[in-house]
Amino acid sequence: MTGAEAVIESLKREGVDVIFGYPGGAVLPIYDVLYRAEIRHILTRHEQGAAHAADGYARVTGKVGVCIATSGPGATNLVTGLANAYMDSIPVVALTGQVSTTLVGRDSFQEADITGITMPITKHNYLVKQASDIPRVMKEAFHIARTGRPGPVLVDLPKDITTHELDFSYPETVDLPGYKPTYEGNYRQVKLAVEAISEAQRPVFYAGGGVISSGAFDELLTLAEKCRIPVTTTLMGMGCFPGTHPLYLGMLGMHGTAYANYAVTHCDLLIALGARFDDRVTGVIEKFAPKAKIIHIDIDPAEIGKNVRVDIPIVGDVRSVLASINQQIEPREDGGWLEEIERWKTAYPLQYEACNGTVKPQYVVEQLCELTGGDAIITTEVGQNQMWAAQFYTFTKPRSFVSSGGLGTMGYGFPAAVGAQVGRPDKLVIAVSGDGSFQMNIQELGTVAAYNLPVKVVILNNGYLGMVRQWQELFFHRRYYQVDMAVGPDFAKVAEAYGIKGMTIRDYQHVRSGLEEALAHPGPVVVNVMVDREENVFPMVPAGKAIDDMIGLEGGS
Amino acid sequence: MKKHIIAVLVQNKSGVMARVASLFSRRGYNIDSIAVCATEDPEVSRMTIVARADDDILEQITKQLNKLIEVIKVSDITNDPLVDRELALIKVGATPTNRADIIQIVDIFRAHIVDVNPRSVTVEVTGDEGKMEAIIQMLRPYGIKEIVRTGKIAMVRGGVENNN
Repeated sequence: MTGAEAVIESLKREGVDVIFGYPGGAVLPIYDVLYRAEIRHILTRHEQGAAHAADGYARVTGKVGVCIATSGPGATNLVTGLANAYMDSIPVVALTGQVSTTLVGRDSFQEADITGITMPITKHNYLVKQASDIPRVMKEAFHIARTGRPGPVLVDLPKDITTHELDFSYPETVDLPGYKPTYEGNYRQVKLAVEAISEAQRPVFYAGGGVISSGAFDELLTLAEKCRIPVTTTLMGMGCFPGTHPLYLGMLGMHGTAYANYAVTHCDLLIALGARFDDRVTGVIEKFAPKAKIIHIDIDPAEIGKNVRVDIPIVGDVRSVLASINQQIEPREDGGWLEEIERWKTAYPLQYEACNGTVKPQYVVEQLCELTGGDAIITTEVGQNQMWAAQFYTFTKPRSFVSSGGLGTMGYGFPAAVGAQVGRPDKLVIAVSGDGSFQMNIQELGTVAAYNLPVKVVILNNGYLGMVRQWQELFFHRRYYQVDMAVGPDFAKVAEAYGIKGMTIRDYQHVRSGLEEALAHPGPVVVNVMVDREENVFPMVPAGKAIDDMIGLEGGS
Repeated sequence: MKKHIIAVLVQNKSGVMARVASLFSRRGYNIDSIAVCATEDPEVSRMTIVARADDDILEQITKQLNKLIEVIKVSDITNDPLVDRELALIKVGATPTNRADIIQIVDIFRAHIVDVNPRSVTVEVTGDEGKMEAIIQMLRPYGIKEIVRTGKIAMVRGGVENNN
């Protein structure tokens, strides 16, 4: 068997049935094997699209997403996608071609040191130096990507290695003496957590992406209900707790709900689940949950104590630790804390001014939520569109919200929707987009058209880089600079040029009927909604402030 | 900030050194010295890293190092009873008139002269950091032309390796 055949055979052994990629010289031997293989290959229009699609696929399916690119520019085009997956702990395996071993290090045509480049943005990476290493490396790559704290792993495959012969034997186990993730929580620490929860008067769950990646939806719901503990989620945690539940507080942090931020500020016990105390969540760190004892449950020991002092650290898989807590804990009655939160909920709801002449972007998201019953997979770009999607769509299930959290990658959402739709052909996939972000990977319209992926793109078009404009308005005395994109393409016509249905909505009275029409269309659609140009995302915690110090609490601008 | 000696056992694979070094730089930790070579097991290398850090940073360094797949074990051995050594080669300006004085200093420190020519001598010295600093200070008046130091290597004392 050749090296290329070994690569594809390894993919099959790992249960991979689809990969996202873009061919080129150094990966030709691999593509020649793919030509005969029963693995579906989705040809994106840019390698970045392939990396994001693999990431989106992984987020909605829970499986490892796989992407492939050629050496040099092909590989470097994956970089943003890998950094994105790394920041959000998404299991992705990236295969890259490399120039032949005889040419490595000579600045050869399309040579880039991709293992060097991606060292800080992958969980691990490999430069394969002999064909006989391929089965072991592939086994390890998938193992590392999906176990422990998941993340991207890159395998760089020199062209000559993929043509060399080897005796293929796929290892059943991995031998990685330095890699032994801890899944079970320490018994004594769990006991301390149980005691702390039982004694708390004002407890709050702060749930992050780890709840979703560990599959702890049921365990969290059980514990929250049993002990009457309200739940706030991070952007990455959206959908890990039902958005319709009375104990749900919405998202916390910079654009979180006022009541989530107040609850965290006033709580006496903060239970962090698979979350990492990011600066967008905590605001000024010294004033984050200042009165609280903190329990931090995370599978990555390095996250514990990284940003805040933790009273009860528990290293382990969120699902397994919550299950242990559930076994030991007695039901707990609420002593007035939920009523206090209810008063905040009533006093400071998420709101916006009603449409009056212009289309309010929040209204568009609300309509999407109503029309889909909150049951669609929503991907977002980055910026205002992302925050409005998080605030005004009600997520009830895990793996239904796909968004670039840590890296904040504009151009992520649309290719991620491609991957999501490939992974979940049974689901309605909607890419909530902005006019700026959409143009960053607009070429993936070609992919959507070629495979007739019925993704619905809804552009909240304000002709601005809206979030940057908002910061310039609030913190730079309205000196708008380099944010005006009013001169943009007619997105409906661009879609039509690809043979895709394109629509434009300018009037708020047409939003609902227009979205209905789009959702009813069997194929892909691009809906360009012209929204209020200067609408802001509120509430907002200005940089360097405590999270209970919000502006725009009344909503609207 | 306190100086820490961190012993890191790693799989002896290409690129490991780069991973460790890049981890320090991208997280903003400073390395004073780093020494690395294979151990009694040719598949395992040992790095001795000297870094300045307060306790919180040190905890992060240790945890981040442990996250590297090829890192097998990380131990802060600063407070363990240990033997630590460094080797330095020091090229000192020497003339026929003062060469004898230099040789006398070298003898006091139980160092060796490993190269002589009409205008300089090269001294090889091993010892702990204090000894290094002392001999360098003594030789400085003669004019030090060049110093090469290995960085510290360290081993915990006793029959069994105790890397807590």
